[in-house]
Amino acid sequence: MSVLVVMEQYGGDWNRMSFEALSAGQQIAADMGARASAAVLGNGLSKLAGELRGADLEIVYTVEHPLLENYTADGYTAALEAVLKAKKPSLVLFPHTYQARDFAPKLATRFSQALVSDVIGHRVESGSLTLVRQYFQGKLNGDLRALGSGPHFASIQAGAYRSDRLARGQATVEAFTPELNAASIRNKPEPPFREAERAVDLTTADIIVSVGRGIKEKDNLPLVEELARTLNAELAASRPICDNGWLPMERQVGSSGQTVSPKLYIAVGISGAIQHLVGMKGARTIVAINKDENAPIFEVADYGIQGDLFEVVPALVKELKKIR
Amino acid sequence: MKIIVAIKQVPVRDSVLQVDASGKWIRESELSFEVNEPDAYALEEALQLKERYGGEVIALCAGPARVSQAIREALAKGADRAIHVESDDLGAADSLGIARLLASAIRSEQPDLVLTGLQSDDLGYGQTGVIMAELLGFPHSTIIMQVEAAGSSVRVKRELENGWFQWMELPLPAVLTIQSGISKLRYATLMGIKKARTKEVKRLSAAELGGLAAPVLSVEKVYLPQKTKETQMLDGTPAEAAAALVEKLRFEARVL
Ligand SMILES: Cc1cc2nc3c(=O)[nH]c(=O)nc-3n(C[C@H](O)[C@H](O)[C@H](O)COP(=O)(O)OP(=O)(O)OC[C@H]3O[C@@H](n4cnc5c(N)ncnc54)[C@H](O)[C@@H]3O)c2cc1C
Ligand SMILES: Nc1ncnc2c1ncn2[C@@H]1O[C@H](COP(=O)(O)O)[C@@H](O)[C@H]1O
Repeated sequence: MSVLVVMEQYGGDWNRMSFEALSAGQQIAADMGARASAAVLGNGLSKLAGELRGADLEIVYTVEHPLLENYTADGYTAALEAVLKAKKPSLVLFPHTYQARDFAPKLATRFSQALVSDVIGHRVESGSLTLVRQYFQGKLNGDLRALGSGPHFASIQAGAYRSDRLARGQATVEAFTPELNAASIRNKPEPPFREAERAVDLTTADIIVSVGRGIKEKDNLPLVEELARTLNAELAASRPICDNGWLPMERQVGSSGQTVSPKLYIAVGISGAIQHLVGMKGARTIVAINKDENAPIFEVADYGIQGDLFEVVPALVKELKKIR
Repeated sequence: MKIIVAIKQVPVRDSVLQVDASGKWIRESELSFEVNEPDAYALEEALQLKERYGGEVIALCAGPARVSQAIREALAKGADRAIHVESDDLGAADSLGIARLLASAIRSEQPDLVLTGLQSDDLGYGQTGVIMAELLGFPHSTIIMQVEAAGSSVRVKRELENGWFQWMELPLPAVLTIQSGISKLRYATLMGIKKARTKEVKRLSAAELGGLAAPVLSVEKVYLPQKTKETQMLDGTPAEAAAALVEKLRFEARVL
């Protein structure tokens, strides 16, 4: 049994979720009586690899090639295919990032395997590994086992394993130079860019009232706007509200919106999909108002009211007005 | 441009989920179903591309008899024809198995473009399009916000994390996975609904496509997640709960 964690970097900086995957890799390896290794892909990786020297890893592979300078699914898949064929790990882990989503299923297919995506936990019983993943945007969990001899593939959901639990130790850095040819890389990526600067900065807000699809219609927004006004709070939203154009994009919280950490976050009619949670889990106090007692948002909430927001929000506004 | 759009039918959002007798999937008999949200956007993108560049839009849907509703909807909105891959046991089938079936239905059509949603609301693998691309030998790109055709290639805008984007060019034929919310969805017109009845729906059994392959992942069981956080639930009438919450926020959490 050996575990290989594929770390993600961009332009010489780590994607921080890589360390959560690394921590998961260490824990799974330890539970299976093995040690984890790591791989990082790119061109010019000595500084990054050096930063992993102090982690409890068997080997850190630097997979370097000029054609890996910019990420492409074709380049990364071909390079990792070569690594896996040479090093034969039994389990390959990725952070569940946009990049891993883009190529890890392709790599797994090349080995006639299926990636277990969005893993939130694991168990080892008599030497056999069970992975836990979510279904229905967090409303259901499932226990899975990968069949056959492997290599097996899994990606680790944001926030499921803690990067501050990384075990320290000593790792050997080993270079791996894959053979790649330019003709086999079909996608031509252009440099990443950002849209116009955000006019609203939610990151400095003390209190945020955030609204989700439970609000049903744009015409119902004044209800939460009044709650926000009463609390002197910023108004924010889940993605579908912004997609519908009911609130501007810059008020979106989550993996593709802003990451906020106010002292109070009130989630109104938001289910709590992981892409939303990663943007607001850091709030000091979280309140959730939702009619579904099993909504995943209650898993991160300090205080919850199970009920109809159309009744609860007006009642809350009335209560708050008494003290303001 | 010949475009295939993979459309999945999933339980309506807000469904109350109950684990079935096997413990390995949910009871589907009492649920209502709808088109997976990102797939509706994939269809919309396909229809807009056809309007701009000409060609044909084919809806592809794998599942039991109930999915003909999703197919009818796609045809009513403007898809030219459809392929129904008939299979009763896709439930929690693994992503490779589902993608293999879909890919073999696609192969003989020789499309220029295959569009999928970026993720299904039920299984949530976020993989089917990428796997199909590998099986078909097509390049792919994921989480796409915008598509521009340019002769024998497409230029697409990808969403990256934290508000970043990237344009990318890829040769056709290609697979794209479409992000939700990228445009305004059209409604089916009365005329569209009428016309849909006359459009071709090709039915293929899983067996004709090589069958659902032996799984590479085994689902041992599914269950409601155990709560790990101690959420204080505030009960009572809305007024009582609201009063209790304000009290807690002032004197316990001290955030007001
Ligand atoms: C790559 C990717 C990136 C994404 N990025 C983001 C992101 O940045 N931010 C984001 O938010 N999402 C993002 N998403 C979408 C995310 O997965 C969810 O689909 C989305 O967060 C759901 O929004 P919601 O909770 O408002 O809607 P739903 O999931 O539909 O939830 C609505 C909730 O309202 C409750 N409700 C309904 N009626 C009432 C009522 N009368 N009273 C009280 N409660 C009620 C329901 O019980 C339900 O829990 C992303 C998805 C992907 C795949
Ligand atoms: N049974 C199916 N029939 C048609 N399309 C599907 C099916 N399963 C998945 N897809 C497509 O693949 C996308 C991603 O699904 P998933 O990999 O399950 O998250 C969906 O948005 C659909 O476009």
